[in-house]
This record gives sequence, structure tokens and C-alpha cells, in this order.
Amino acid sequence: MDALLFWIMALVAVAASVMVVGQRHPMYSVLLLILSFAALAGLYVLLDAPFVAAIQIIIYAGAIMVLFLFVVMLLNVPTEEISTGDRLRMLTAGPRRFGAALAFVLVVELFWALQRSPSAAVEAGQPGPVMSVRDIGIRLFTDWVFAFEATSVLILVAMVGAIVLARKETH
Amino acid sequence: MSIDPQLLGHLIVIGFTFFMLLNSAAVLVLAERKVAAFVQQRYGPYLVGPWGTLQPLADIIKLMFKEELRPKAADTFLFYLAPILAATAAFAAFAVVPFGADTDFSTFARITGLTYFFGWKGLAQPIPLAAADVNVGLLVIFAITSMGVYGIVLAGWSSNSKYSLLGGLRSSAQMISYEISYGLSFAAIIMLAGSLSLRTIVDAQDGYWFGFVPKWYIFLQPLGFFIFMVAGIAETNRAPFDFPEAEQELVAGYHTEYSSMSFALFFLAEYVNMVTVSAVATDLFLGGWHGPFPLPPGFEWIWFLAKVGLLLFFYIWMRWTLPRYRYDQLMEFGWKWLLPLAVINLIITAIFFVKFGS
Repeated sequence: MDALLFWIMALVAVAASVMVVGQRHPMYSVLLLILSFAALAGLYVLLDAPFVAAIQIIIYAGAIMVLFLFVVMLLNVPTEEISTGDRLRMLTAGPRRFGAALAFVLVVELFWALQRSPSAAVEAGQPGPVMSVRDIGIRLFTDWVFAFEATSVLILVAMVGAIVLARKETH
Repeated sequence: MSIDPQLLGHLIVIGFTFFMLLNSAAVLVLAERKVAAFVQQRYGPYLVGPWGTLQPLADIIKLMFKEELRPKAADTFLFYLAPILAATAAFAAFAVVPFGADTDFSTFARITGLTYFFGWKGLAQPIPLAAADVNVGLLVIFAITSMGVYGIVLAGWSSNSKYSLLGGLRSSAQMISYEISYGLSFAAIIMLAGSLSLRTIVDAQDGYWFGFVPKWYIFLQPLGFFIFMVAGIAETNRAPFDFPEAEQELVAGYHTEYSSMSFALFFLAEYVNMVTVSAVATDLFLGGWHGPFPLPPGFEWIWFLAKVGLLLFFYIWMRWTLPRYRYDQLMEFGWKWLLPLAVINLIITAIFFVKFGS
């Protein structure tokens, strides 16, 4: 049952993510991204992490994507024209090579990360450590407190920066 | 093949919850019209059935037989998806709300004569009176409520009409602004009860102070209750925060272009959302099914029902008493007053909690 659910949700997540890129209209891209996030949340539930699943929905699907929709609606982005491959030809050889190199690095990194991931416990059939909300909180405010605080300062800086850039000068 | 009676009990509870939610919308339509009439010194509906009780049925039949219209330039898929999303999110949010203590239905079986006629003495083990008993229930409610905005936003956008679009835009801005205060008023309760499970939170409110004052969180968190209700009314787009459908400015806002059953679905979603907010407020602040005096086991849900009914009356009363805010006032109130108030409430709660323990 769990395996079946895993495959269904994994398929939905991957298919939706691929279709995000393939859509001509940004509105549908945003909605497919939400679907992909929802499928990811389902995978978290299967991993015995309902807290992470709920947070995933609240923050990504609930808050961030609403802002995306807001922007798409406000700008009223038109449907993309069917391109005839001209755009690819517009790039000179240099940028294309650079892009290819970046893609190659990404693939290598991905393989490296998958190799290193601690999958031994899962393969042995043992259940992973169940993270309760309390455990996550304690970890976050003891072991990872520096990263946590640094991130919050970073977000604050970004927020102030965005306001300064967007503000109209009124003298 | 044998049927597990426990499982059957669960399924019946789920079906019953769904059925009651559907009916609550019909009851609320009547209640809204009757209370509105009372406030405005009219009679309200009184022709269809005794005291107008069959008016909702007449309304539904009328809506079903109306022609389904769709603007030519609308996005067909999203236009029909939007009302479905709105209604689904509204129903799904109620799934984790418990509305009574765990019960084995033995009292129910005795009273209805099932024990007398069929020898059925109730279930072997008590089952929870909730469609789903999730240990992060509060977060699930928060998550699903935040998804509810998509129905309105998509309806506004896909109709391809300026009034609908403005309604959708207002709705998303309003939801994001008030969601934070909403969440922070939850957080204080989570701190007090030390749990994200609604059932544990309700059970933490069992008992009395000085022998007669019920241990409800509203007495510890009066400010929290106020913030929760204000943000809850804003989240459900009800007056005085009904900007997405402000008649005087936007015709009917996000559902201007809808007719027939797809319009009815938006209405259904609005009323079910009201019920959910009232039910969550009852569980979090008003002690759920624990009342000022205890009821016999198996009947605690009567308290729950009474409190939800009271809050729903309050909702309707608000709508016909207060005028709508201005849009800039809404944003100013949300960000400059409600949010700081919620943060201060959370800090004070934390200080008291650390100082005096539980």
C-alpha cells in the first residue's frame, strides 16, 4: 500500500514538475507547481513526517504560491507564442557552452549527493527516526541555532532591500 | 466476508460529518435571512413551509434549474475548477475537527432501542468523533484553509472580467495579511496545551477553577480569542471584511460571472468555512464539548453544537450590524494593529508560561 502510494505521488510530483516548464501560460505553471508541492507533502506523510508535510503546504502552497498568482494576475502575462527555435539560435556558441558545462556540473552534483545520502538504515528495513514537533524545535534552537538566526537575518535583509527598491521617492 | 464494526463506525462518523456540513449550509442560509430580517425589522422568508423553513430547499431547486452561463473569453477549465476547489477545501478542513468525546455508542444504542430490539450494545472500543484524528490537526486545518483562497483567486482570474479579477486580487491580499495573525493566535494555544492535536487541546480544558469556572482557554486568552475571531471573519471573507464580493464596488466580486450550481458551490464553501472557523474556535477557546456542567457520557457533543451555533449567530449578527471597512483601513488594521497585538499576546503568554509553568 505504502509503495503504491509512493509511486503514485512520486509520479504526480515528477510529471507536474515537468509540465510546469512545458506550459505556455504562466497561470497553469503556477497551478502545476502547487500540485507538485502537494504531492511532495504526501511523500513527507509517507515518511512519517506529518509536521514537515503540513509546513510544506502552509508555506509553499499556501503563502508563496499565492504571491506568485498575485503577480501573474497583476501583470496579466500573455500566453507565450509558439517559438520556432529562433530563440535558441540567438545565443552564440559561448553562452551555450557555458550552459552545457553548468548542466553537467549539476548532474555530477546530483549523483554525488545521492551516493552520499544515508540510505543504509532505510535499506535495512528499519524505520527512520520519527521527528516530533518537539524534536524538530529542540534541534532547531540548539544544534542549528546559528543557521536558523542567520537565515532569519538574511530574509530580513532581503525584505528591507525589496522595500527600498520598490519604494517610490516622494520628496 | 465479515465487516469490522469499528471500521463501519468510523465510516458512519465520516458520512455523518459530511451530511451535517451540507445541511449546516442550508440551515445557515435560512438563519442568515431570518436574522437579517430581524435586524432590519422585516419578517424574512415565511411562505415556503412553516416559518419559512423550506426556503433553503426552494433556493437550491431554483439554483439547480438555472442556466449555467460562461463568459466567452473565460478560461473554461479553470472557470469550472475554481468552485470545485473552493468547496473541496472547505469540506476538507473540517475533517480533522473533533466534535465530541470518544464514544462507543452504548447510550445511543440504549435510547434508540437498538439494544432492546437487536441486542446491539455499542462498539467494543470507543472511536473518536471526528472524520480523521490527526496529531498535527491544527496545522492541517491551517494548511487547508490557506488552500481555500485558490478557489476564489482562480474564479476571479478565469472569469476574464475586471470586477472578478479585482475581487480575486483583494481576496489573496486579504488572506495573506490576516493569515499571520490567525496563525499566531493558534500558537499561543499550542503553547498552553503543549500539543498540536485538537483532541488533546480540548481535553486540556476539562475541569473547573474554584469549582465553577470552566477551564476554557478563552479566560486565559481573551485577546487571543478576539484576534482569532477577527482574523477568522477576514479569512472567510465575511462582513465587515467581505471585500472580494463588495457589492457597491465590484458588482459581486469574484463570483460575478457565475450562475446556477457553480455559484451555489461558492455559497456552500462560504458557509462551510464559517462552520469550520466556529468549530475550531469552540475547540481551541471554548472548551469544545466540555460545558459549564457535565452532560451524560455520549451526549457531550450537545455542548459543542450549542457553542458553534452561538458563534455562527455572532457571525451573522456582525454582518448585519457593522458596515464594511475601507480597503486601506483593512490593510492598516491587519498589519498595524492585529499583527502587533498577536505578537504581544504570544510574548506575554510565553512569559507567563515560563514563569508559572502550566
